[in-house]
Amino acid sequence: MTTAIETAPHYLERFAEFENGAAGRELAWLRESRRAAFARFCAAGFPTAHDEDWRFTDVSAIRKTNFRLAERGSVSREQIRPWLMQDVGCTLVFLNGRFARDLSVIGEMQAGATAGGLAEALENDAGFVEQHMGHYADPSHDSFCALNTAFAEDGALVHISRGTIMEETIHLLFVSTAETPVMNHPRNLIVVEAESECTVVEEYVSLGGGSIFCNAVTELVAGENSAVSHYRIEREQARTYNISTLRIQQERSSNVASHSLLMGGALVRNNVHPVLAGEGGECLINGLFVGSEDQHLDNYMVVEHASPHCGSRQFYNGILDGHARGVFHGRIIVHKAAQKTDAKQTNRNLLLSDDARIDTKPQLEIHADDVKCTHGATIGQMDEEALFYLRSRGIDEVSARGLLLRAFAGECTARMKEGTVRARMEELVRRYVKQFAGTGLPRETSHE
Amino acid sequence: MKSPLLEIRNLHVSVDRHQILKGIDLQVNAGEVHSIMGPNGSGKSTLAQVLSRRDAYEVNSGEALLNGEDLLAMKPEEAAWAGVFLAFQYPVEVPGISNAYFLRTAVNAMRKARGLEEMSAMEFLPMFREKLRLLEMDDKLMNRSVNEGFSGGEKKRNEILQMAVLEPKLAILDETDSGLDIDALRVVAKGINAMRGPERAIVVVTHYQRLLDYIVPDFVHVLVDGRIVRSGGPELARELEETGYGSMEASTSAA
Repeated sequence: MTTAIETAPHYLERFAEFENGAAGRELAWLRESRRAAFARFCAAGFPTAHDEDWRFTDVSAIRKTNFRLAERGSVSREQIRPWLMQDVGCTLVFLNGRFARDLSVIGEMQAGATAGGLAEALENDAGFVEQHMGHYADPSHDSFCALNTAFAEDGALVHISRGTIMEETIHLLFVSTAETPVMNHPRNLIVVEAESECTVVEEYVSLGGGSIFCNAVTELVAGENSAVSHYRIEREQARTYNISTLRIQQERSSNVASHSLLMGGALVRNNVHPVLAGEGGECLINGLFVGSEDQHLDNYMVVEHASPHCGSRQFYNGILDGHARGVFHGRIIVHKAAQKTDAKQTNRNLLLSDDARIDTKPQLEIHADDVKCTHGATIGQMDEEALFYLRSRGIDEVSARGLLLRAFAGECTARMKEGTVRARMEELVRRYVKQFAGTGLPRETSHE
Repeated sequence: MKSPLLEIRNLHVSVDRHQILKGIDLQVNAGEVHSIMGPNGSGKSTLAQVLSRRDAYEVNSGEALLNGEDLLAMKPEEAAWAGVFLAFQYPVEVPGISNAYFLRTAVNAMRKARGLEEMSAMEFLPMFREKLRLLEMDDKLMNRSVNEGFSGGEKKRNEILQMAVLEPKLAILDETDSGLDIDALRVVAKGINAMRGPERAIVVVTHYQRLLDYIVPDFVHVLVDGRIVRSGGPELARELEETGYGSMEASTSAA
């Protein structure tokens, strides 16, 4: 077996540097957790194509690049302005994984809600962090999660206390900057206590021409009877490797919606892993991935039903153009105790070029006997019948293609709760998808 | 002399090297209603689709002029801008686009192509509501995706609604009557009749004579095996009803 030490020896050096200066280094539990995770990473190394969970995604480019740990760096308010959202309760900005209070707009938070940096919390409220951090995301089966856990020191900490209905959205904006190859490992903790509601947008963007390896882990705890909407937007530049894990822990009767929009990055791996731990929980795992050129967008879903009477819905739509490659891996695990599970999974894909490719793989693992599980996947091209129909009504070809693409992408945004966040997502998708309307057409017919 | 709205000369069309239309000649003037009748596989739908510029067909020879312009050189949207409208035999479902949005987009695409200002939602709606009433259609259908989950009758009515909103010069109705019950047929016929006028020509492609009880054509053409074998007035449709297409085929081979 090849170990990480053989394949990527520079990580030893990086870890030694990191550990001595890391936030919370004086906390024994955290030191232990980092060391154990790093040992795990060293033993397992980066995954290869032989690893079933990574069959379709080659991460050797990450392994081969000598990434340094990113400094905080500096960007101006002007530079981040285009990414700010209107009508949000607060915007927390993270520069290369580190909380940047000076760039954040926090103002006065609603009573019962706190949002800030994890490193700060390790100074001020380490006890709370210890109660949750690392309890859900498991480094033992995932090298990237192990690497994140080894290097975890900062990221977002959102805490919504019991019975708090958050009216306004919390926007977490992760800005990576690089001129030389750098990595950052944001670690986020979102704890929504019982009877509470909140919406969190986790957005990844980047600046600069250097290669970036952004490896994020978010642990989201949805307490009893809580309702949480989580949005993840990936729109980093074309030289970014973005690996992220959203691990959702759902207590009894909680309702969680995870929405992912993947539009940027060179290689993106989007892990979403809800565990329906309490009875009567519901989750919606909804996503849209749009790739072009040589982008590789991998969606790895594991929906785990651990209790009876839970429902899960997975819907992922993919649009792939150029040489882009997409992966949808949807695994549903129904534990023995999870009777009356109702799980559904749908993956629909639109291939706009002959060289685009999708690998879609459903996987059902059912250990209970009274369950309903369905899955389906479709792969198709632009519907020529519909295209002719629209054109015969006077809509030119580029506009007609644009309309059909928007409609396909709109299936995803239509599942979001109506409001300002959804309007923002629709606008992002509309703007992004528009550029694909002209592909595959003779030059003279493609125009703005 | 005024040139005809549509003039087809010796049109030959094939699909996958299979010859479907074998020399069609047809002249349609503004203000006229023509009916093209024929058995299954005679080439009726092919003719309708070629004229609305579907690219699955190969024009081998002949020409089709719309107001003297080469219709066969046009893209589907260009034909639409020039005034051609096809009511589809099988209207296409377009999930994710609402009927109302689709129609307003179409209206504005047409207006833009003709150098007119786009219509705002405020201007569009009253006109649209009026057409809805004409076709006895439920407003609720307008917020649903185009044709998705519509019944057969609703789909056909939706086609005529689009025609009423887009006000084409040449409307080609491809088996709009097929599969309709008598009530739906009456509504559809009422919508079509309301569109008759001196500036507009309507070509009704049908398999059955029944529709022509409600929309009385000025001319009837019988299409058999890719050729128009007979042309005449509305009485020809009645004759067909009695004798069937068999006699027409016999008369061609005899000719």
